[in-house]
Amino acid sequence: MNPSVSALRREFGETIGRATVSCGDTIVYVDGGRVRDVLAWLKTTPDQVYNFLVDITAVEYRDPERALEVVYILFSLDRREQLIVKVELAKDGPLELSSAVPIWRGADWLEREVYDMFGITFLGHPDLRRILMWETYAEGYPLRKDFPLRGRFSRSEQVRQALNANPEAHYSMEELSIAAAYHDLPREMRERIDRGERDVVPELQEPTADG
Amino acid sequence: MWSRSYRNRPQMGERRTLELDVATPGVDATGRAVRVPVGVAPPAEPSEVGGIGSEHMLLNLGPQHPATHGVLRLVVELDGEVVVRVIPHVGYLHSGFEKLGEYRHYNQIVPLTDRTDYLSPMSNNVGLALAVEKLMGITITERCTVLRVIACEMSRIISHLVWMGTTAIDVGAFTPFLWTFQERERIYNLQEAWTGARLTTSLTRVGGLMADVPDGFVEGLRDFCRTFPKTLDEVDRLLTKNAIWCGRLQGIGVLTGEEAIDFSLSGPMLRASGVPYDVRKDRPYLDYETYEFEVPVGEHGDVYDRYLCRFEEMRQSTRILEQALDRLPDGPINVDDPRVILPPKRAAMNDMEAMIFHFKQVMQGVEAPVGEVYFPIENGKGELGYYFVSDGTAKPVRWRIRPPSFINLAALPKMSEGHLLSDLIAINASVDIVMGEVDR
Repeated sequence: MNPSVSALRREFGETIGRATVSCGDTIVYVDGGRVRDVLAWLKTTPDQVYNFLVDITAVEYRDPERALEVVYILFSLDRREQLIVKVELAKDGPLELSSAVPIWRGADWLEREVYDMFGITFLGHPDLRRILMWETYAEGYPLRKDFPLRGRFSRSEQVRQALNANPEAHYSMEELSIAAAYHDLPREMRERIDRGERDVVPELQEPTADG
Repeated sequence: MWSRSYRNRPQMGERRTLELDVATPGVDATGRAVRVPVGVAPPAEPSEVGGIGSEHMLLNLGPQHPATHGVLRLVVELDGEVVVRVIPHVGYLHSGFEKLGEYRHYNQIVPLTDRTDYLSPMSNNVGLALAVEKLMGITITERCTVLRVIACEMSRIISHLVWMGTTAIDVGAFTPFLWTFQERERIYNLQEAWTGARLTTSLTRVGGLMADVPDGFVEGLRDFCRTFPKTLDEVDRLLTKNAIWCGRLQGIGVLTGEEAIDFSLSGPMLRASGVPYDVRKDRPYLDYETYEFEVPVGEHGDVYDRYLCRFEEMRQSTRILEQALDRLPDGPINVDDPRVILPPKRAAMNDMEAMIFHFKQVMQGVEAPVGEVYFPIENGKGELGYYFVSDGTAKPVRWRIRPPSFINLAALPKMSEGHLLSDLIAINASVDIVMGEVDR
């Protein structure tokens, strides 16, 4: 078991859930509300320094009762130590989590992919929109278990939808706001641009000393 | 004029460098590459409102453009020729490999990995097999270990050769492309002799390999290792101190070490910024700790240092290949475990027990214990990781690829903003993306 787990328990107490070892890798479960504090603490604390964010991904189990898991794989370049941090998101609750982009810029595209594939919203992400699927893709989240392997629509229906789609939809909202096509956008997209929802990296709150 | 310059041409063995103006980056009098000052030129002042060119232009680069190395689309906001903003769009080649993997047995996933980073298929196969073996707790044979090292290093060389050739084309030199692709062709021939395929190799199986190397393979690879450095030297002479090459690449797309770590970069992109992280050294697998090789590390973090890093990695890979060929032991390539390895065809046809194992493996697959594993390997592009979650059945609950070029590409806007449009092409080339892996 990675000694960082007991250090985390000392620092954060009840926030840290169970910890397991699988194939030599330590996995520690963390309460979703505090995940950004935990990650920032793991990155900056001198004897932890998990400074390299290897990957962010999510897991949905075949058991429909079981919660979704968001997986953060961290690596310390100095100590050559790996730690997997997991957050469980119950399916009946909101699939929301605070974003790790203020801690690592590399989390940007990784969180966008998790959002795209699993529908998990990362609060405070500067530019949370679909990345592998297109912006107006409406069939749902492909890596969820309730999404059929061959997609929701037949091939002919997919072709029909593609032909009927507005080609401007393949531009992102920022680009459209630069280009002259702004006024042709759907109203809800215009409102989101006007609210300035995109492209602002929030300031990182330093974790409080009392945990 | 012509005859005089002909008489004055450098003799064989004499250093062939151009005499350069002082202001031109290139080589100094002693023949060392002169560096241009590192740092991004400040973006041009916005032009006056109402004058010509006062509006920013939105330019679509790709998805069908050879300089974007596949179906990458970059929407570029330009102020004149200066890049103000880059918004990359990926996903045009999205194939849903990770979803497909959840419906496949572990061995059936191997062909999917060929098609992710299709410029180095063999090392993808190796990474997948290693991850599944760690999940199942299988120890592979000695011969298999060495053969997998050979597969990985061959892949790294061809991956870097493609990178070097295409980058040279992007910057305007066509000749190195032909030289590097000729060398790549020789590895492809060896790959074809070994696996029967040039591109979709599907080399590994859980617990071993699809096939042992054929007769003549070792000699062929030794021959390659002997002559390949000569081609590298030629490319080195053509590019490394070339005034145009240095002028186009130095000081372009600079990332500091902290920024590179912040963006989770890996592979030559990270090492060019001065961070000496190589999975082969820091988290050794396949007994890499017993091979002698150096990990080249840059200091400026620009496109030129990425070139130097990849260049030196090819030489080091050749070294590893030679050592691996020297130590290649005899013996079986597959573990002796009928649960994971198919019995030989003759036994499956004549022996009842072997036939049952054969049937069970083909129809039910190999069951993995409940658990999860993340296994990284150092691919040509960077840290390629496979993350598996198993619920005890023969098909994974979740198969995640940590795609190095996807994550490296995310730093492109940061690197290219403030540079000229033509530099954007060089920076994009330096990331070394392969869209099959970016989009998966």
